[in-house]
Amino acid sequence: MYRIVKKRVLNPTVTLMEIEAPAVARKAEPGQFIILRVDENGERVPLTIAAYDREKGTVTIIFQIVGATTEKLNHKEEGEYLQDFVGPLGRATETEGLKRVAVIGGGVGTAIAYPVAKKLHDDGCHVDLIVGFRNKDLIILKEEFEAASTNLIIGTDDGSYGKKALVTDLLKEQIDAGVHYDRVIAIGPVIMMKFVCQLTKEYNIPTVVSMNPIMIDGTGMCGGCRLTVGGETKFACVDGPEFDGHKVDFDEAMARGAMYRDFELHAREETCNLFKQEVK
Amino acid sequence: MANMCPNKNPMPHQDPVVRSGNFQEVALGYTKEQAIDEAQRCLNCKNMPCVSGCPVQIRIPEFIAKVAEGDFEAAYQIIAQDSALPAVCGRVCPQETQCESKCVRGIKHESVGIGRLERFVADWHNANATEKAVKPASNGHKVAIIGSGPAGLTCAGDLARKGYEVTVYEALHLAGGVLVYGIPEFRLPKSIVQKEVDGLKDLGVKIETNVVVGRSITIDELMEQFGFEAVFIGSGAGLPMFMHIPGENLKGVYSANEFLTRINLMKAYKDGSDTPIMPLKGKKVAVVGGGNVAMDAARCSRRLGADVYIVYRRSEAELPARAEEVEHAKEEGIIFKTLTNPTDILGYNNPEDKRDPKNGSVSGLKCVEMELGEPDASGRRRPIVKEGSEFEMEMDCVIMALGTSPNPLIKSTTKGLEINKRGGIIVNEEGLTSREAVYAGGDAVTGAATVILAMGAGKTAAKAIDEYLAKK
Repeated sequence: MYRIVKKRVLNPTVTLMEIEAPAVARKAEPGQFIILRVDENGERVPLTIAAYDREKGTVTIIFQIVGATTEKLNHKEEGEYLQDFVGPLGRATETEGLKRVAVIGGGVGTAIAYPVAKKLHDDGCHVDLIVGFRNKDLIILKEEFEAASTNLIIGTDDGSYGKKALVTDLLKEQIDAGVHYDRVIAIGPVIMMKFVCQLTKEYNIPTVVSMNPIMIDGTGMCGGCRLTVGGETKFACVDGPEFDGHKVDFDEAMARGAMYRDFELHAREETCNLFKQEVK
Repeated sequence: MANMCPNKNPMPHQDPVVRSGNFQEVALGYTKEQAIDEAQRCLNCKNMPCVSGCPVQIRIPEFIAKVAEGDFEAAYQIIAQDSALPAVCGRVCPQETQCESKCVRGIKHESVGIGRLERFVADWHNANATEKAVKPASNGHKVAIIGSGPAGLTCAGDLARKGYEVTVYEALHLAGGVLVYGIPEFRLPKSIVQKEVDGLKDLGVKIETNVVVGRSITIDELMEQFGFEAVFIGSGAGLPMFMHIPGENLKGVYSANEFLTRINLMKAYKDGSDTPIMPLKGKKVAVVGGGNVAMDAARCSRRLGADVYIVYRRSEAELPARAEEVEHAKEEGIIFKTLTNPTDILGYNNPEDKRDPKNGSVSGLKCVEMELGEPDASGRRRPIVKEGSEFEMEMDCVIMALGTSPNPLIKSTTKGLEINKRGGIIVNEEGLTSREAVYAGGDAVTGAATVILAMGAGKTAAKAIDEYLAKK
């Protein structure tokens, strides 16, 4: 069992949890993920590692409440335990030799982009961290982002904070202003990564994306996380989760990601109803 | 005088119509009377040909003689000296090509039902024995086992009985490997696997779940920082193989590993499980492949309410699955399309509505008919495409059961560990790898094979590890 050391509500649908998992913290690197199960009936859910503390032996995850499992997870409090927590899984982000990088995050993906930006920034790389949110109230981790970047650019869909612009527009502004990037790293919703890659392809900027497909074991056994990269089948759990964004078949990834949408909606509703009954 | 009845006592089974709607065990096991009657068919041959057919060399005639006397616990003790998992092997071993294929009774008539007797004895012991295994005194040596499948559990058991301090590292949240994620409940109830695992814990074996060796920890760290003097790698099957035909990444295409893991490990078929599986009631499912895994996937699909087709490119005679599994599958209404090979998985696409949720889902399977030509390198007749034989079948789900390639995690994180061109770890006849004190066995070495072969490899390695550490 794995204890929840800290819980912090970042915005109405995004929560941070720091979990006691020394074996995972010992080896975790930016770009890697964990798989957890909330309870005995829980499904195995992959979540990217948002931060880790080797001395305290903790790993931080940040999740958006989207389905039954994240709903259940969000109902756990500090001091309570998670059934299973395994990792670190996947390959770490390659950050060597980069001089100037744009790290792009969208929605909850911004949290996942954070450790990558921090690692690059710590290594002396010039980091433009470009993050987008729907509105001002949904902005998370602003202070952490500031500390992990040379230049933090925030945009919102409605203009309630920063520029009213999508992350792709903000990135384009930088490129058009003459900034040269060695690499763009995009982490967030598949649709966002798709459009970032369309843009960077025009400018020939190498772009890495972090894929988060449906997964079960996460160790290279089930094959559920496969995607097409450069016409070849790749497995996000062992070959990824990061891939050359100019080669990923995003449309296929989006379709596969929606495979259980009906089940998830239904299951979340049921879980919500259960929690409501408990409250009564 | 032996019982000269030409046929085995038939195995009592759940009715096919009833069982194709539930996940309870299909074969129900012999009664005491049936077991004694069957045991009396054994001729107790002096040269014991059956034993040579057993990868772990269980002293078959000796245990059968005890069954014939009605002393079932004594029979169990004889088996237990050579096999760590008798209740498992009695159910899933391909006895017809191993021990039973060598049985003298089988020359003219049916062999003795050795597998059925092994199962009876193990079940009798599990239901009646009261004595717990006792943890032997420690010999002070620490051994790490990677993977808690049949190879790892066997190796762990053999070493623990000799006094080694054994820790088993398992990547998943539950111990048992393929016995829990791969083989379905109706063929091997999970309570039986749990019992075998608990038995090892009684012997002092530590089982650490949620540890992915190669990621959470490496073999070098286990040996240098954690004080393990020897390591056995039994990490099992790896990534599923696909055919590389169009449509394999459509929604509704599963690897057999994923499909079976959702059902067996995650219990997706049960209410209350949070793990989803595609609803299959009234749907059409094609399982591509002809091995035991294909039969398991097909029979699970049937139990979820689907019309199921096995699509296999050679003829029925070449099906690699056990005859019994094929027969059970047929009884349950699974349709065999042999000499058939898929060329395309067809997808649904609504040009009017790009947001139609069915877009990108499986709608059919395009196949060609095959005929058998000259034997190939494997000795089996090579399937050749029949000209102009293309046809389409409507399908909602396609499950690829084509085997696996070994997991790349351990080899990529262990310096000096040599692998062959198929990705399997190279070992000598004692199970020793190219690294000192690192042994391996099971599917990680051979690629997809059987439970009993993996157990045999675990056993061989345990013996070699014992000899190696005794010399140190």
